[in-house]
Amino acid sequence: MLKIINMTVNGKERQLAVDERESLADTLRSRLGLTSVKRGCEAGECGACTVLVDGKTVDSCIYLTMWADGRHVMTVEGLTGPNGELSPVQQAFIDEAAVQCGFCTPGIIMSAVELIGTGKKYTRDQLRVLISGHLCRCTGYENILNALEKVAGINS
Amino acid sequence: MYDIEYFYQASDVQDAVRALQEKEGAQIISGGTDVLIKVREGKMAGASLVSIHGLKELTGIRMEEDGTIVIGPGSSFSAVHEDPIVREHLQMLSEAVNQVGSPQIRNMGTIGGNVCNGVTSADSASSLWAYNAVLELTGPDGVRRVPIREFYTGPGKTVRVRCEVLTAIRISRENYEGYFGKYIKYGKRNAMEIATLGCACLVRLSQDKTKLEDIRIAYGVAAPTPMRCLQAESSLAGREVLPSLADEIVPLVLEEIHPRDSWRASKAFRIQIAGEMIRRAFRAAAGRAGARGFDQEGSVQTC
Repeated sequence: MLKIINMTVNGKERQLAVDERESLADTLRSRLGLTSVKRGCEAGECGACTVLVDGKTVDSCIYLTMWADGRHVMTVEGLTGPNGELSPVQQAFIDEAAVQCGFCTPGIIMSAVELIGTGKKYTRDQLRVLISGHLCRCTGYENILNALEKVAGINS
Repeated sequence: MYDIEYFYQASDVQDAVRALQEKEGAQIISGGTDVLIKVREGKMAGASLVSIHGLKELTGIRMEEDGTIVIGPGSSFSAVHEDPIVREHLQMLSEAVNQVGSPQIRNMGTIGGNVCNGVTSADSASSLWAYNAVLELTGPDGVRRVPIREFYTGPGKTVRVRCEVLTAIRISRENYEGYFGKYIKYGKRNAMEIATLGCACLVRLSQDKTKLEDIRIAYGVAAPTPMRCLQAESSLAGREVLPSLADEIVPLVLEEIHPRDSWRASKAFRIQIAGEMIRRAFRAAAGRAGARGFDQEGSVQTC
């Protein structure tokens, strides 16, 4: 059965009719066209579907859209500046060649946004722990960690 | 789309209890990190779900006037980990919940779900056992409080009946004041892992830090449910705290645990690491409590 929910997505208030059985990943991709949100394992293990709900990272594949009623959701699309500029974390990923196939990238960027938001600075080992909910099958993580160190590392 | 036959978002606990009574067979969903996986896998396909996700009265952590710490079962693992009351008084629990899954899972999964699942591998369960937590269940007939030692009845089974909601996890002052502890999780990876074995050790020393006034040893995955080694505990109470005591504990706990073979690890392997884990957990706990001859961190390496 369809239910009406209100949520703020990337800063815009949206009223949507959604199925109670829908995952947030499905809603964001299929109803709102936000295809940065990837369907990967669909079991909360790979992190490709990571988005922010009220500023906290969640695996949107195992999060029911009904629970986002009244909440703020953010995806990579919401990071773009008014003239299409990239955010510092996105730029760091490009500078450090932290992207290969790109499937895991939007999710990791959202985890980076959450940890940048804390205002803290992290060691490389701490950053490893903080992205442990993401799988990347291309890069071996080293360039991703280089990019993260650039924006949230202790020497950044 | 999830294969869910019936879904109801409760507005509060009473509403949830009423909905559970009305819909036969309906199960509670909270953080969803276990239930939705089971629905996807087919184990709970076609499920009827009553959601208690985000209920305000189930979140938050507070201390009552008599010092009892009350943890809202709807608190996420990260909320429990970061809470200042938990950090100050229940350090072992704060560290244990930070070893669940991944950062995202810890933002979603709840400590109440971890307990009510009834699984032996739950990272919070052995710590809560060591702290003698009391679980408050609210159902159609009112509220009852169950000590955690009476809560688990078998693998995935607890005394909670279907229409009851876990509404508080309570830890009284005498069960945390003066106690120092360490939880060690053994898994093949550091993240996204279900414990092969979990071991929690909590100690309280005499004023002069030479005697073990009380010790609590709890395991996950060492039996069909989380468990305590009560006989070992009572035979160790009152002993002098010496580094050699770490080795004496090992044969005592091995008398009491009953791990089994599973695809994750063999029984023999679990028995071997159970001994090493209590040795390390005890050293770390005694070190944190300020016993002489022990490192502050008990020279514990992360397993």
